[in-house]
Amino acid sequence: MKAIAEVTPAAADPAPGQEWRPPTYWPFVVPALVVVLAVIVFPWVFTIWMSLNEWKVGSPTTFVGFANYVRMPNDPRFVEAVGHTLLYTALSVLLPLILGTFAAVVFHAKFPGRGFLRGVFIMPMMATPVAIALVWTMMFHPQLGVLNYLLSLVGLPPQLWVFHPGTVIPSLVLVETWQWTPLVMLIVLGGLAAIPTEPYESAQIDGASVWQVFRYITLPLITPFLFIAGMIRMIDAVKSFDIIFAITQGGPGSASETINLYLYSVAFIYYDLGYGSAIAVIFFLLIVAMAALMLHLRQRTMWTEIGSGA
Amino acid sequence: MKNHLISRRSVLAGTAAAGALSLTGFPARAAEPQWKKYAGTKLEVILAKGPRGDNFQKNIKEFTELTGIQVESEQIPEQQQRQKAVIELASGKPSFDVVHVSYHVQKRQFEKAGWLADISGYMKDPNLTAPDLVESDFSAGGLQYAKNDKGQMHSLPWSVDYFILYYNKELFQKKGVAVPKTFDEMVAAAEKLTDAKEGTFGFVGRGLRNANMTLWTNFFLNAGGEFLDAKGGILTDGPEAIEATKLYQTLLTKVAPPGVAGFNWMESMASFTQGRSAMWIDGVGWAPPLEDPAASRIVGKVGYTVVPKGSKGQYSATYGDGIGIAAASKNKEAAYLLCQWAVSKKQGARLLQAGGGVPFRNSILNDPEIQSGVKMPKEWLQSVIDSAKISKLGLPVIIPVAEFRDLVGAALTSTLSGADPATELKKAHEQFRPILERSEKA
Repeated sequence: MKAIAEVTPAAADPAPGQEWRPPTYWPFVVPALVVVLAVIVFPWVFTIWMSLNEWKVGSPTTFVGFANYVRMPNDPRFVEAVGHTLLYTALSVLLPLILGTFAAVVFHAKFPGRGFLRGVFIMPMMATPVAIALVWTMMFHPQLGVLNYLLSLVGLPPQLWVFHPGTVIPSLVLVETWQWTPLVMLIVLGGLAAIPTEPYESAQIDGASVWQVFRYITLPLITPFLFIAGMIRMIDAVKSFDIIFAITQGGPGSASETINLYLYSVAFIYYDLGYGSAIAVIFFLLIVAMAALMLHLRQRTMWTEIGSGA
Repeated sequence: MKNHLISRRSVLAGTAAAGALSLTGFPARAAEPQWKKYAGTKLEVILAKGPRGDNFQKNIKEFTELTGIQVESEQIPEQQQRQKAVIELASGKPSFDVVHVSYHVQKRQFEKAGWLADISGYMKDPNLTAPDLVESDFSAGGLQYAKNDKGQMHSLPWSVDYFILYYNKELFQKKGVAVPKTFDEMVAAAEKLTDAKEGTFGFVGRGLRNANMTLWTNFFLNAGGEFLDAKGGILTDGPEAIEATKLYQTLLTKVAPPGVAGFNWMESMASFTQGRSAMWIDGVGWAPPLEDPAASRIVGKVGYTVVPKGSKGQYSATYGDGIGIAAASKNKEAAYLLCQWAVSKKQGARLLQAGGGVPFRNSILNDPEIQSGVKMPKEWLQSVIDSAKISKLGLPVIIPVAEFRDLVGAALTSTLSGADPATELKKAHEQFRPILERSEKA
């Protein structure tokens, strides 16, 4: 990165011997600039402006400064929603990562029917979340659902799944995991295909076990890919709305209400646009912070790679 | 019938009187409105999806034939329709002239924002209003919903939703249980009817946050509860609320199917139509699916009756919808004709006869000819008529109805996993009070 940073200003300077001419390209920038301003910058500035106002649909607006932000830590529903979001995100990043890596290792091996099975495996990813949610809702049904029937076959007691506050988040994560494990698998499969075969051959000669090969060769080499997959999953999971909304609407009570769902309620059901905007701003900052953290970690793994390579 | 016979003399006298009245500027009441006056006008309508919307769209051609007014209407799922209506009305330039209003959620909000046109004047104008459409024909609850605090009509009450008790006659007979008349009897009956091994339960009802409020208020009202005090403060942490919540908790944890905390009307209905639950308290409009052999296993076995009596009274929690005109509409008179048609005797009769809703108009509900055409069981109709006599608004008339339902509803749901009713209600109350105060101040 440092090298690039040094090169860039040098390239921008006029080459020696050439006259400086006023840039003539700016009219070409205008259309893009207008679009960016209208579609990205304006909505953001407007959201921040709204968040500084008491703005309820149907009532006049008044400027209240940071009152909406002060309200948040004192709003138990918001605080709970943050907790739910973090738990939901952590679980629905970790589980697909673990299972996806495992699936990728399995599908990387050559066996008959591999292509077909890979195709089958990635099907959940192609389905519409709301349709999936409706199917899972039926499967979760404590009396009529198939999941409790399956449990009864192996002698386990029936569960309440999404109908109990204690099990609702893990149950939703189950759906999320089922749907997005294939994505992680695809990314990791790409990584596995790029790994050279030599380390494996020497490991075989050294008599390494399957676990050792995975732990000391495969895993370090696919770590950068895992970070990519993890980041995509994290951004997706933290914003997850459709599956939760369609299955539980944040219930029972507010046991599965994430920030996104609460934000929706505040802005579009309670019509409290000011407070809703403030939550949106904080939510955005949270996502940015999480993504920055992931990027930072990724930089560090790259560094160790280069370090260990040297 | 005798006094309806018309003699030439009475006609002449009547005509002369009418002429004299019109000369003096007084309107003649018996005349039909000038239906054709606004021919060629085009109206836009947004409706909530459901039997009212269906009934409206199915027969709208009749209105166009009658008036020459073109109507474009769309049905949107309830939640989204409410959002769309509010957002467009708040913008000041709604894309529609006529809007379907959910009274129990939107009344106060619409009234305070002044989004709907005042139609009191139209209702007195014989050029616009048919003689049979008079205020006194609407039930008290309907008028309470439609009028603002100054007594002006801002919409026409369309369809009312009473909560009634549905019960499974077969299960009742099998266990030798009588139909409960009080909540105490209901709990006792539900205990007898519950057989967890067989997978049958005594009672089912909404446990899902927000939706559950419409069930709970039946318990609350019958325990003598009132939503608001004289100053408009909310009263949902008092002894009545605690009594209601304890009953709610008992029913939904001891004698209801597992997972009921996540049930809305749909899941409750599924359990009831599968014959897995013996009693269900919900809106009066579910008779058609219960009596539909394609959707129900208990066709012909369903009993219908009023919600049992509580410790302090017997009421049927009432909700309802109406149809109104956007204050910003440029075609208010034409729109008024349309609203009037939507709540007309003919349209109301169709709605009632199909079981898709109950008109607010007594002249429809009490007409023996219309009654005889009702396709639902007689008991159903009787439960409707009886509920009308004990009707009481099922939710407070305030702006933040949605917050109220969410917060108190979440407290109720918490009690289903063991939380203490009094503590939870207190917590919800503390959270809700500032929201209500802020909404009334604005």
